Amino acid sequence: MKLTTTLMASTAMVMAGTTAFAGSHMANEMTIVSWGGAYSASQKAAYHDPYSEANGVTIVNDESSAEAVAKLRAMSEAGNVTWDVVDVVAADAIRLCDEGLALEIDPDTQLADGDDGSKASDDFGDLLVSDCFIPQIVYSTTAGYRTDLVGDTAPTSICAFFDLEAYPGMRSLEKRPINNMEWALLCDGVAKADVYDVLETEAGQSQAFAKLDTIKDNVVWWSAGADTPQLLADGEVIMGTTYNGRLFALIEEQNQPVGMLWDAQVFDLDGWIIPTGLSPEREARALDYIMFATDTQRLADQAKYISYGPARASSAPLVGKHATLGIDMAQHMPTDPENAKNTFLYNYEWWADYRDDLDAKFQAWLSQ
Amino acid sequence: MTDTANSGPVLAADGRPLKASLNRALRRQKLRAMLLIAPLLIFIMITFVVPIGQMLFRSVENQIVSEVLPRTTQMLVEWDASSGEAPDNTFFAALTKDLMVAVEKKQHTRLGSRLNYETTGVSSLFRKSGRKVDDMGEGYTDQFVAFDPTWADPAFWADLMEAPSAAQALPQTTDAYNAFASTIMSEDDQDPRAEQPWHTVYLSLHQDLTADPAADFSGLPAEIAAAQAVAGGFAMDDLAAAYIDIDEDWGTVETWQTIQTYSSKFTNGYFLNAVDMQKSPDGAEWRPEDQQIYLTLFVRTMIMSMTITISCILLGYPVAWLLANLPMRQANLLMILVLLPFWTSLLVRTSAWKVLLQQQGVINDIVVWLGLVADDNRLALINNATGTIIAMTHILLPFMILPLYSVMKTIPPTYLRAAKSLGATNWTAFWRVYFPQSVPGIGAGSILVFILSIGYYITPEIVGGTKGVFISNRIAYHISSSLNWGLAAALGAILLAMVLLLYWAYDRIVGIDNVKLGG
Repeated sequence: MKLTTTLMASTAMVMAGTTAFAGSHMANEMTIVSWGGAYSASQKAAYHDPYSEANGVTIVNDESSAEAVAKLRAMSEAGNVTWDVVDVVAADAIRLCDEGLALEIDPDTQLADGDDGSKASDDFGDLLVSDCFIPQIVYSTTAGYRTDLVGDTAPTSICAFFDLEAYPGMRSLEKRPINNMEWALLCDGVAKADVYDVLETEAGQSQAFAKLDTIKDNVVWWSAGADTPQLLADGEVIMGTTYNGRLFALIEEQNQPVGMLWDAQVFDLDGWIIPTGLSPEREARALDYIMFATDTQRLADQAKYISYGPARASSAPLVGKHATLGIDMAQHMPTDPENAKNTFLYNYEWWADYRDDLDAKFQAWLSQ
Repeated sequence: MTDTANSGPVLAADGRPLKASLNRALRRQKLRAMLLIAPLLIFIMITFVVPIGQMLFRSVENQIVSEVLPRTTQMLVEWDASSGEAPDNTFFAALTKDLMVAVEKKQHTRLGSRLNYETTGVSSLFRKSGRKVDDMGEGYTDQFVAFDPTWADPAFWADLMEAPSAAQALPQTTDAYNAFASTIMSEDDQDPRAEQPWHTVYLSLHQDLTADPAADFSGLPAEIAAAQAVAGGFAMDDLAAAYIDIDEDWGTVETWQTIQTYSSKFTNGYFLNAVDMQKSPDGAEWRPEDQQIYLTLFVRTMIMSMTITISCILLGYPVAWLLANLPMRQANLLMILVLLPFWTSLLVRTSAWKVLLQQQGVINDIVVWLGLVADDNRLALINNATGTIIAMTHILLPFMILPLYSVMKTIPPTYLRAAKSLGATNWTAFWRVYFPQSVPGIGAGSILVFILSIGYYITPEIVGGTKGVFISNRIAYHISSSLNWGLAAALGAILLAMVLLLYWAYDRIVGIDNVKLGG
C-alpha cells in the first residue's frame, strides 16, 4: 500500500516535471514544407539550423508548397497528415483555413512578442489576414525590364506594359487574372481606391479585358516564377512581371542588364500554417517551432539570404547585409520607402470571392 | 421401368449425375484459377479501381449543403424563388440554428467555398456571417432571463430537456438544444449541464411557445407555462435585417436560390459546368459566352492529340523500318539514340525545346542567318499550338517507334523480295505486301500515343502558351489550385468516356485483335 502511494506520488512528480520542462512532450522529428530553391535555403539558414541546434530536432525539408493545398486535403481525407509546418502564400492559407485544414492560431499567446515589447498581433498588424496564417515575409509581384532593349527612356510606370508605341516588343505577364486585372484598370484611368469596386461589375471586368486585349498578341504568359527572369535573360521579352526576389537574383547575382520597375508593385504575403489533425506531440512541436521561427530576430535574419521583407514591423530595423554578396539589403526590400512609393495591396477577401469566377472568364478570354 | 432408366440422367462412376459431376470439377478448376489471380485482382481493385471510382463519384456528390444546413434546406423545399422576394424571418431562424452548429464544427467556410463555385460572393458571405452568428437571437435570451433568471441555469435546461414529454411539446427547442449539447460535447469537451444554451435555443423556445397560444404545457415544469403567458409579448428580433446588415447578399433571391438549387444530395451541376452549361431555375442553360471554355478545350485536346499521333506515325515509321532492317550493329546504335531521350527527364527535354524554339532561340537564329525570314519577323514556334505539337511529338515518339519496330522485326524480308521477283515495283511491293503487315504496329503505337497525349499537362503548360493547352491543364488547376474537385472529377469522367468511346470505335473499325505490341 505504502509502496503504491510512493510510486504514484513519484509518477505525479515526474509528470509535473515533464510538463514544466517543455520539449519532452514534443516530437523529435518534423517535416517542414516549403517552396524549394533559394527560398528554402534561406529558411534553412535562418530558422531550421538554429532551431535544430538548440532543440536537437531533426527537420526534414519537403519542397511541395506549390501543391500544398491539394496534397493537404488529400492527406486529411486519408487521415494521415505527414506534414508539421507548411509554407504557403496568404491566399492559399485562407483557402486552407476555410476548408478546416489549417489550425487556428492566437497570435498573442502562440507567437513571440516583438523585440520592442509589442504584442504579436500589433507587430504583424494587418498582415494577419487569416486566423490560421502566421506571416513570414512580404514579397511583391513587380516588373523588370531589359535596360538595353527598351530604348532611351526607361519605363517608370507599370503602364509601360500597355504602351506598345513607346515600348514595342514582347512582355511577360502571369497566366492568371490576379494583378493583371488591377493593373489594366489602373492604366485605363481608374483610381487606385476604386479598382475593386469597378472590378466587381460586369462593365469593369469588360473594361479590364478590353485593356488587356490591346497587348494580348504581345504577351508571353508565365506560370512559374522562374519564367520571367529566363525570358528577360534570353531577350525574349523586353519587360515582365515576377516576384521581386527573382529579379534581385537576376540583377545582383547574375549581373544581367535588367532594371527594377517598382511602380504599382503588388504586396503579397507568404507564411506558415500548421495542418489540423496532428498528434498532440507533433502539434506542440510545430507550435514551438513557429514561436521560434517567427520572432523578430529570426525574421530579420532571413533577409540576409533573400530579398524579401520581414513581416514584423519590429524586424525592419534589424535587416542587415546579404550573407555572401555583402550588399545592404534594406534598399532591395519591397517595403523600402524608396521602392514603396506607389504600391498596391492585394485584396484577399475580394479575391477569395471572385477568384473562381474571374479565373473562368480569364481562361476563356485567353483561349479566344 | 426401362423407360424411366433411359430418360434418367447419365450417371458418373460414383453414381452422381454426370452433368453435376462435370460442373463440380469445372467449378473447382475455376475457383483455383480465381485464387491464383486473386492477389493481382485485389491489388488492382484496391489501388486502382476503388480510388478512381471514388474520385469520379465526387463529380455528382453534393451532400455538404444538406448536411451543413439541414433545417434551412428542408424549409427551402417549399420556398418559391419566382416570388422575387428573399425568405422571411423563419428562414433566417433556421439558418441561424444551422450556422451555429456549422461554425462550431468549422464547416460553414467549406460550404461557402463550395457554393462560391456557383455564385460569386458566397464564400465571404458565409465567412462574415460565421463570425457574427453567435449574437443572433440574443434578444430572446435576454428577455427570457429577465423574466425569470431560472432560464439562465444550465442544469434547469438539462432537466427540462430530459423530461419525456418535452420532445413532443417543444419540438423546435428540443432540436436546437440537442444540437447545442452534442456539438459542445464533441467539439469542446464541455458539459451541457454546466453551459448556458446558445441563443438559438431561446429563439426556438420562443417559436414553440408562440406557435399555438392555446397549447397546454401542463406536463412540464411550471416555468414553461409562466413563460408562455408572456412570450407573446416579447420583442421579436429582426433576424433578416441583422443578416442583411452583415451582407446585403442575404437579401437577394439569388443567394437563397443557389442554396435551394444545390441542396440535393447529388447534383448534375458539375457535369453541366464541365460542358459550359449551368443549372438555372428553368433547367440547364448555356453559360454566358465569356465563360465558355471547356468544350473548346475538349475539342482542341482531341484534334491536337490526333495531330500528334499522325506526326508520330509519319516520323516514327521510317525510323522503325530502319531499325528493323539495318545490320545489327547500326541498328543497336540507332536504338540507343531512340531510347536515350526516353531516359531523360521530361522537364529537361521540354525546357530544351524552349531554348531551341523561342524567338531568340537556336532555330530562329539559324533561319534568320540563312536569310529565310527577316530578323523582325521571327517565327512563333513556341507558346502556341505549334510548340505543343513539336515538343509532344518528340516526347511520345518512342511509344510509336517501339511497337512498330517489334512488329516490323517479324515481317520476313523474303516477302518483299518475292514480290519484287514477281514484277512488283518498289512502291507496290511496299504498299501491297509490307505495309499491310505493319498495320498492327501502327495500331498499337497510335493507341499508346493518343491515350498518353490526351492526358498530358506538363508539356502543354510549359510550351503551350494560351492556344496550346489541353483539358488536362484545367483539371490540374481545379485539383491543385481552386480545390474544385467535383468539377475536376466531372471533366475527368468526360475525358475517360471519350477515350472509351474512341477505343470502342477503333475496335469496330480496325479490330482490337489487329493490334500487336510485339512478335
